[in-house]
Amino acid sequence: MSNRQLEGVAGGLPSSYGASESANLADILERVLDKGIVIAGDIRINLLDIELLTIKLRLVIASVDKAKEMGIDWWEDDPALSCRARRGELADGRGELADGGGELAEENERLQRRIAELESVLQTGDERRDPA
Amino acid sequence: MNQLRYVYAVTRPFDGALPEDLRGIAGEPPRLLSHGDLVAVVSSVSADDFGEIPLRARLEDLDWLTGTARAHQGVVAALTSITCPLPLRLATVCRDDSGVRRLLDTGRERFVRTLERLDGRVEWGVKVYAETPAPEADTPAESASTGRDYLRRRLSERRSREGTWELADAVSRRLHEELSRRAEAGMLHRPQQAQLSKAPGQNVLNAAYLVPREDSTAFIECVEGLRPDQPGLRVELTGPWAPYSFAGEESDR
Repeated sequence: MSNRQLEGVAGGLPSSYGASESANLADILERVLDKGIVIAGDIRINLLDIELLTIKLRLVIASVDKAKEMGIDWWEDDPALSCRARRGELADGRGELADGGGELAEENERLQRRIAELESVLQTGDERRDPA
Repeated sequence: MNQLRYVYAVTRPFDGALPEDLRGIAGEPPRLLSHGDLVAVVSSVSADDFGEIPLRARLEDLDWLTGTARAHQGVVAALTSITCPLPLRLATVCRDDSGVRRLLDTGRERFVRTLERLDGRVEWGVKVYAETPAPEADTPAESASTGRDYLRRRLSERRSREGTWELADAVSRRLHEELSRRAEAGMLHRPQQAQLSKAPGQNVLNAAYLVPREDSTAFIECVEGLRPDQPGLRVELTGPWAPYSFAGEESDR
């Protein structure tokens, strides 16, 4: 069962509307990578590395085609549509061509800077990391 | 082979058992590890995958990531039908059971507080898609004879889609406003490209709502009642999810 359009609902808690095993992978990844409780286990990888991974997925460094196939290439949406839709401002701007692109470029730049920061932190961590 | 403990979720002790055929990461059956008044749901994973060094490489492998994410969600989903789990972020790993107990001790105050806040709630996802006319082929900018032609074409494309977008925006706002009122909390995610679900159209609203379990049917009926009858707009509902989107503290959401 995949996501489906709304259908009649029988009484009681409906068993599943696409939150099952075959759910949209983008739905799953945005939850298991971006949400959920963050707490460090003994294998200390999940904080910076996961943030880095999430950002990389956004920037399509990992793999453009695969990411597209997974439906998580939101970063290259039509910027005017996605940015405004996100902020609920879709109807406010009319016929602008340059504006949205600038926003996307800005976000891109910000994420690139964050990657550089994270990578330098991780490298420092590697050097300090106790091999035992 | 060196085994580590993968932690899927933290719950309160609950009646009932995990489904016997439930399998987690690498096909391992998850089990419950009780510690004080909390339960961690764990399974054994190989250090070859989840050790510090290999894990960093594995996370870059999108096929591996896909399988792991689906297995993680599969266990959390099974828990959601039994109790209210607090899902942990993907790849929370301890060395052994003592490590898991330490994790429960470290996070105890936060777990208890969050479990109280989310007890009896589930998350529903609501998305709106707009099916706009496709842009005129995928011609790159260079193929327009002049920059002015390119801009003109883009402008006219945009105008033709504007009507649908405005409608999609109005419907999304109304839906989000109404559903936020119905739900205990609402949250907007980034819109998705929908290649994977093969759903046609452009995702314009991608929202999650926190709803008491027993109010779910009424919530779904509300979504259904708000479904737009205009052509070109589609509403999709997913759930019930564990309350992933609401598990973080206010401050880090």
